[in-house]
Amino acid sequence: MQHNELDKQLSQIRDRLAGIERKADNRVFLPCESENVYEVCRFLFSELGLRFVISTGIDAQDCFEVLHHFSDDDSGCVVTVKAFVRNRESPELDSITPLIPGAEWTEREMHDLLGIRFRNHPNLQRLILADDWPEGVYPLRKEMQT
Amino acid sequence: MTEPLRKSVLAVGPFHPLQEEMEFFQLTVDGEKVTDVNVRLSYNHRGIEKLSETLQFDQVPYLVSRVCGICSASHPLAYVQAVEEIAGVKPPERALYVRTIINELERIHSHLLWVGLGGHFIGYDTVFMWAWKYREPVLDLLEAITGNRNNYGNVKVGGCREDIPDDLKPKILQELDQIEKKTEMLTKAVLDDPVLHARLKGVGVLKREDALKYAVVGPTARGSGIATDIRRSDPYAAYGDLDWKVISQPGGDVFAKAVVRLLEIFESIKMVRQALAKLPKGPVAVDVKEIPPGEGCGHAEAPRGETFHYVRSDGGNRPIRHKIRAPSYVNVPSFKASCIGADIADVTLTLAAVDPCYSCTERMAVVDSHNMVTHDHEELLRLSREKTARIMREIGTAHLKLEGLRI
Repeated sequence: MQHNELDKQLSQIRDRLAGIERKADNRVFLPCESENVYEVCRFLFSELGLRFVISTGIDAQDCFEVLHHFSDDDSGCVVTVKAFVRNRESPELDSITPLIPGAEWTEREMHDLLGIRFRNHPNLQRLILADDWPEGVYPLRKEMQT
Repeated sequence: MTEPLRKSVLAVGPFHPLQEEMEFFQLTVDGEKVTDVNVRLSYNHRGIEKLSETLQFDQVPYLVSRVCGICSASHPLAYVQAVEEIAGVKPPERALYVRTIINELERIHSHLLWVGLGGHFIGYDTVFMWAWKYREPVLDLLEAITGNRNNYGNVKVGGCREDIPDDLKPKILQELDQIEKKTEMLTKAVLDDPVLHARLKGVGVLKREDALKYAVVGPTARGSGIATDIRRSDPYAAYGDLDWKVISQPGGDVFAKAVVRLLEIFESIKMVRQALAKLPKGPVAVDVKEIPPGEGCGHAEAPRGETFHYVRSDGGNRPIRHKIRAPSYVNVPSFKASCIGADIADVTLTLAAVDPCYSCTERMAVVDSHNMVTHDHEELLRLSREKTARIMREIGTAHLKLEGLRI
């Protein structure tokens, strides 16, 4: 998919996004509110046929950011959906695992390390933390000192 | 009244002192057939992502080259590319070629390592000895270039630390000729061997649609007919200037993955030769003073598939977030698709075909919940080798192309 072709396709979901940012030649970021994340990912994965790469969870102090990275393997463009999870007290986001089984581990990992709960996740058990790790302690949050 | 089916649980893992990763596979088996797979990992979590936030941008490459000893060129490369994207830095041409050469040499030695281990698991120990013997000179070349057989520490933001001296070129070319000849022999032996066809074809099949669902990468995807390769789709280093083919096979079985890896060795040899011939003159690094605020995604095609690094900077001298995704992280969960319905004797090989870290296959135990019968790694290896021996007897060793091979 060429640049302008991809931009044209992305304009179909423009109303679900807070913006379309091209940060480098082959890197597109799609910031959106958390309620739109499933629909945006469904569009990228099922309609545009992009490959799911991985997700990054970030503690951005005032909120959590969940980044779902996709790759368009025709053009090499990395398309990143950036969802803002604004409720710090009980962070929640729709899971994309029912749509993309390959996202199961990375969502479980973010649940472990950042304490973000993924709604509709088929198996939100611990993946990274040990069984005897205390509840409510999340290693990747900024308040945890190394 | 019929008795309820007795289910057994096959535990694979988790601890083995020789491997850098530990994983625990719990296979539910019905007789000889696998009916479910559950994976537990992180027995030896090193917290590298968190640790990276405590290091300066130029220290991180040394940390991430230790994510994996075998992929110790591709991890720092992916990281460095992410940071260069944030800073808008373009490394000099010569550095891009040096990066290409080191990464392709890494692929050659990693693929040979896999071929050897694959042979070991099915009882072809001659293949194991050969492949590992031919791998040695590649490590020697890497040592001559970077100073280390692994963990090269050669890539940095803005270029490379060490250049390839011109007087090393003839030695590299000479060794490549030898490696090519030996790999040709090994490839022919594998492709012509009726026992290997019978043992590997149709085993551990990962269908194309499952490969897409589980988002697998590298030879695991290319063995299932998906011709994806970051070197081709998003050319980094000098890959855009070189003439090479993306190898893919439609079968999805262990045989297809083996063929992909063997043929990729030849493509890598071709690429190193071209890169050496075209190696531009000039410096191998530019100075990078500071990293501005921003975020960047870097990815590189490691021997096992795409390695992906995401880096965010707030303008300070350390990353505020650094996400690392190694290829096995998406390849391993595809066992759910490729192992279910398989024989226990094929599980070792199916797991190995993805080329994860071998901790999983080195220590295994079959736990039968009723009789508490325990089989260990040797037992499973024996099962795998017995199947090869059975096929050999059926075909008759007269057809054997790999002379001198005995189990």
